[in-house]
This record gives sequence, structure tokens and C-alpha cells, in this order.
Amino acid sequence: MIVAVASGKGGTGKTTVTASLATVWDGPLVAVDLDVEEPNLHLFLQPAISGSQTAHMPVPLVDESRCTYCGACSDLCQFKAISVMGQLVLTFPEMCHGCGGCLAVCPEKALSPGQRELGEISWGRVGQVVFLSGRLRIGEAMSPPLMRRVKAKLEQMLPANGGDAIIDAPPGVSCPAVNAVIDSDVVLLVTEPTPFGFYDFQLAWEAFSPLGKPLAAVINRAGLGHDAVYRFCREKGLPILAEIPYDRSIAEAYARGRIITEVSAGLRENFISLRDKLRDLARPGPSGKAVHA
Amino acid sequence: MSIIAVTSEGPSLDDQVDPRFGRAAGFLVVDLETMDTRYISNGQSQVMAQGAGIQAAEIIAREGVGWVLTGYVGPKAFKALSAAGIKVGQNLEGLTVRQAMERFKSGSIESAQGANRTGR
Ligand code: SF4
Ligand code: SF4
Repeated sequence: MIVAVASGKGGTGKTTVTASLATVWDGPLVAVDLDVEEPNLHLFLQPAISGSQTAHMPVPLVDESRCTYCGACSDLCQFKAISVMGQLVLTFPEMCHGCGGCLAVCPEKALSPGQRELGEISWGRVGQVVFLSGRLRIGEAMSPPLMRRVKAKLEQMLPANGGDAIIDAPPGVSCPAVNAVIDSDVVLLVTEPTPFGFYDFQLAWEAFSPLGKPLAAVINRAGLGHDAVYRFCREKGLPILAEIPYDRSIAEAYARGRIITEVSAGLRENFISLRDKLRDLARPGPSGKAVHA
Repeated sequence: MSIIAVTSEGPSLDDQVDPRFGRAAGFLVVDLETMDTRYISNGQSQVMAQGAGIQAAEIIAREGVGWVLTGYVGPKAFKALSAAGIKVGQNLEGLTVRQAMERFKSGSIESAQGANRTGR
């Protein structure tokens, strides 16, 4: 089972929920940080890192001595990452999507694959939880290519690690956020009962519900008073699987990078029940169906 | 060089200079010796998610122009235009194409040294 933890905006406690859920997992688990622009799951889980690799994207390199400036590459590239201007081929590697189309159409074999660094993938372990994370190179504009490489690594790791994973998705509802949840069995939306929180939560629901996956909510800082999110969940048949009370000791723990489940036994119970409800939801069956009907 | 391109909101010399380069409505290509004008639509670049400036630079490079007069040019388009040997006169929004052209003919437009707009 793959659980993606997402939120319509940053700062809702998405990562602390991910980390807390990981600590109550009763079996092997891979905890994945796919928030590659701002990875911080490691701050909460504090894994021992055992390996890393640099991820690259293939971008065209031009051999001007072979090029006839025919323009075939430039006509093909819908991103204009390669452009023929008179007697010059210009490449814009930062705009290249790595599709390889230009290499395939060049009649002179003037193009060869070069590399653009996307970022770094690292992995390690904390207790029985395997940790996996991607970090985007500073200045790199596209996160989905690196995210896909992290997910490919996850695919390799899963069979030997029980098949369960929790993904900390990037906040928001843009392409990277959708990319992060697309392979999951259940999407958990973390929100808080405030007007802003509710607004972003609705956007998240609109973005993710068409994916046809079971969706559920966790309400963080419950008791802040705004009840629109509860009404919305009831109307949409979106189950609220856990509520984390608004509490000073939790806020302090969070600020120190600690995990909520370590604050009190009661909270730990909260997350154990969240884990079990997620399992029920991911299991195909009448309860799972009802959620995204 | 006597052929220039002006980013234009429409096909006539009395249309406004389109402030955008890559996403300009079109280009009015003017031969300053004969005063022949030709309008090229830029619809193809306007709909692109990215690379509109580069596409636009390719389009006007094909016209053999020496200069382009416009409002703002982004860094990638500027790089492409420089590579094609096309000089850029910028910050000309608010004028008509004719006014921009007259200003150019009077010699009071300088060749820009860099992009005047960041991002794409
Ligand atoms: S690899 Fe694809 S995206 Fe990159 S320059 Fe070539 S055609 Fe364009
Ligand atoms: S397709 Fe090949 S030969 Fe043609 S312009 Fe591009 S690099 Fe040059």
C-alpha cells in the first residue's frame, strides 16, 4: 500500500503527520520525501543516510562541425530548448524536458546526449523504516523529472521492504503535487480548520478527487474554531481519519523537529488508528468505493 | 541594416507597439528604404507554454531584419536575438509603430545591452 500525504498549502503539518505515521507503522515501510524543492522529512525522522546518487536528465549537445542548420531539431522541440538561428544552433538546457526527440530527428547525427544535473537522491534507515528522499539542485526549475527518478528508486526498494510506503508530497495542487500522489493507493489530505486552510483544502480536493483514488482528511490543530472543513467533508463523503488537537506541547515539539507521536500516548493512539483506517480505505471493497463515488 | 521588425498589436503603422516581445500579437516588418511593410502574426508563439521568446526570435530572424523594436525582452529571447545578430531597441511601449520607427530613423534608439525583463 502506498499512502501519499498531501496538503493544499505548506505549513499544515503534512510532514509531521507523515513522520508520525511512519513511527507507528507495524511492519516494514519506506518513508519517501517527494517534496524535492524543500525536503524536510529527514529533520523529523533523523535517519542514518547510507547512500546517495546524483540524478541527471539527458539534454542535447551539438557538434557544430556536423550540423547543417536544417532546423529539424528546432521545429520538433515544442519547448524551444533547441533553436536554430541562422548559422547557429542554440540550446537552452534548463528548458529541455529530456524527451530525446531532437536526437532522433537530426539527419546528420550532430546531436549527442549531454547531462543536466537534476539533484540528489539519498536513502538510509531509521529503525525498521527505510528512508528515501530527493533534493532538487538549486536553480533547477523542474521537479517532476527528479521526482520520477525517486519514484523509480522506490519501485526497486518496495519488494524487499514489505510493499508499504508513505510519501510526503509537495504542498499545493500544481504539477509536482499531482505527480507525487499519482501512484498512491490512498491520498491523505492534511488541513487545519481555518479560513485559509479551508480554501486550500477545497483546491486540493478539486485537484485530487478526479484521480479516482480513495481520499481522506486529517485535521491538524483541531479546535481552532472554523467548522467549514467539517461540513465540506461531510458533503463530499470525505472521511476524517484523525484530528490532532491544537495544543501547545505539540507546537513546541514541532518547532524542535520532534514527532507528534512522542508527545503523548494519546496522540500515539491517534496515529495507530489513522494507520488502520488507511489500510481499510486502501483495500478495495465497499468502504473504499464509497469514498470516491 | 534597413529592415526592422516592430512588435505590433495590429497590421498597420498606426497600431500600438506591443510591449511584449515573445507574446506579441505580431510583427510589422518595415523596409526603411522602400517603406514596404509586412505583418507577421505571432499566434504560433503566443500559445506556447514556454519558449515563446525564442520562437518569436526565430520568426523574425527568418525575415532578415537587423533590428527589433519592442517593449520588453526576456533573457532567453535576448540571447537568441543576439545570436542571430539582431539588435534590440526596447522600452518603446506606449508609442505607435510609426512613432517608434520615426524615433529609430532619427537615431535616438540605442541598442540594448541586455534583457529588460526577467523570467521567461
Ligand atoms: S530532448 Fe526533447 S525537450 Fe530537449 S531539446 Fe531535444 S526535443 Fe527539446
Ligand atoms: S537537426 Fe541536426 S543538423 Fe539539423 S539543425 Fe538540428 S542539429 Fe543541426
